[in-house]
Amino acid sequence: MSDTAIISPVGRALNNSLVMTARSVRLNTRNVDAIFTSLMLPIMLMLIFVYLFGGAISTGTGEPYVAYVVPGVLLLCAGFGSSGTAVGVNEDMKGGIIDRLRSLDVGGASILAGHVASSTVRNTVSTVLVLGVALLIGFRPSPTLPGALAAAGLLLAFIVAISWLAATVGLVTKSPEAAGAFSFFMMFLTYPSSTFAPIDTMPGWIHGFAHHQPVTPVIESLRGLLLNDPVGSAPWIALAWCTGILLTAMALSGRLFRNRTA
Amino acid sequence: MIRATGLEKSYGRGDERVKVLDGIDLSVERGTVFALLGPNGAGKTTAVRILATLADADGGTATVAGYDVRTQRRQVRRAVSLTGQFASVDEKQTGEENLRMVARLGGLSRPAARRRAAELLERFDLTAAGRRLAGTYSGGMRRRLDLAAGLVGEPRVIFLDEPTTGLDLRSRQELWQVVRGLSAGGSTVFLTTQYLEEADQLSDRIAVLDGGRLVAEGTATELKSRVSGHRLDLVATDAAAYERLAPLAVQLSPDTLTLGLPTDGTAARVRALLDEIDPRRRDVASFTVHSATLDDVFLALTGRGRTTEEPARV
Ligand SMILES: Nc1ncnc2c1ncn2[C@@H]1O[C@H](COP(=O)(O)OP(=O)(O)O)[C@@H](O)[C@H]1O
Ligand SMILES: [Mg+2]
Repeated sequence: MSDTAIISPVGRALNNSLVMTARSVRLNTRNVDAIFTSLMLPIMLMLIFVYLFGGAISTGTGEPYVAYVVPGVLLLCAGFGSSGTAVGVNEDMKGGIIDRLRSLDVGGASILAGHVASSTVRNTVSTVLVLGVALLIGFRPSPTLPGALAAAGLLLAFIVAISWLAATVGLVTKSPEAAGAFSFFMMFLTYPSSTFAPIDTMPGWIHGFAHHQPVTPVIESLRGLLLNDPVGSAPWIALAWCTGILLTAMALSGRLFRNRTA
Repeated sequence: MIRATGLEKSYGRGDERVKVLDGIDLSVERGTVFALLGPNGAGKTTAVRILATLADADGGTATVAGYDVRTQRRQVRRAVSLTGQFASVDEKQTGEENLRMVARLGGLSRPAARRRAAELLERFDLTAAGRRLAGTYSGGMRRRLDLAAGLVGEPRVIFLDEPTTGLDLRSRQELWQVVRGLSAGGSTVFLTTQYLEEADQLSDRIAVLDGGRLVAEGTATELKSRVSGHRLDLVATDAAAYERLAPLAVQLSPDTLTLGLPTDGTAARVRALLDEIDPRRRDVASFTVHSATLDDVFLALTGRGRTTEEPARV
């Protein structure tokens, strides 16, 4: 192909990533069912907690319970949403497309980047929808403009990191069903944190884990930023976690991809 | 266009290690159709994957379109297309989207990709199915889409790994037409097949692969002169007659008193052969004539594959 010769390797990788993103977004729009399910679950959870259990949970903040629970629900939603990426990557590795892509010299990074980018788009849409529902049921955030931007940025960083982690899980798992179990993993990470109730109200043995796992600082930061409360160092810890997860997932997936296609 | 010397490849480790390719030399000229003929498990796919840079050889060297498959992987990939035994199409996209995606990955602009996709759908008779998901395609359509995807980048060398295995007769013949078209268009085609007839119909030269070694190489005519093209199956009148005829046979089934002899299938030759082996017209009860199968080719070329325990007599 004469036109390819003039494109630099970086330009090619970028072009390939964009094409793969377009494909992935296209497939997503054909699979609205799955998106709907991954969206409904967090929204249902939010409604259940706000209307059924919320009254019994004392958050000690003086805010309505919905204000407390929204950040955690957003992360849960991102977790469920990105499990679709694990499934998609897993299916691609088994399907005929992977041989085609390899013979076209499309690198693993571009293939995964396409999945992660479309996952990010998908999760951004779900985030907006969840926020919409939250506003309907009485969520009244009061962030400063920089606070809102920081919250959005942090959530985006979390979504990208979790999506790339999901893509990595898609490479390791043997079947799409196993890859789909990524959403359980995200649930087990989100529940033992301050998603639905303050960590101090949980049994003592779990405090260590709950305080020092990635989801907690992200939730604490979002909550503080959205309600314009002091956040301390939480955003930086959260950002460090996201960067760490992203870099680890990228390195690991690169290696796994080479092994699986050798 | 393709040169390979001493290609070797083993799979497994320790005691389980098997040599799948054991020193293969190949040479394919530009613009010709080359067939690698061999039974299941002969190592055809392995050879093709090595030449198309999807697998590494343990030993030997190969160049494709002038590039080394080991050190100039990228250039080779740009010059070739591979249509595998299992179609590499994206089942979740339509035929048209598949081709557009491949074109975009090849660096074509959006409008150019659209044009190229339309052109290829037309050429492979897929225009009507272009808007359906490839997952809903029949085996033959999938194979054609796969082939079309391989041609988006205008490759100089086209690898087809068992392009018609598993297809019905009609799809097979459609695919043959496609291969003839490619060859007429000046492409170099390297195909693998289990069917002698297919190799015969399509290719300029044939190499026969068996157990990881090339057991014969030549034009279809040259090979056929070695295997006669047809087999005359005789049923002997009794055990004594069977014993008298057995030394002449290439295939023996003592249980049914049946023996196979090579022939070219013409009436004249069959009549002469019958007179020659059974001048008293007592030993042969009945006969049938079959086209030589791949089994017969291997029988003739390797002396293996007999149906009896007796040592080979070819
Ligand atoms: N990835 C692999 N790992 C182990 N054995 C393999 C692998 N690929 C092929 N083989 C073995 O190598 C032999 C030749 O396979 P293949 O090249 O696919 O033959 P063909 O295409 O002629 O049917 C077979 O015995 C097969 O089991
Ligand atoms: Mg094969």
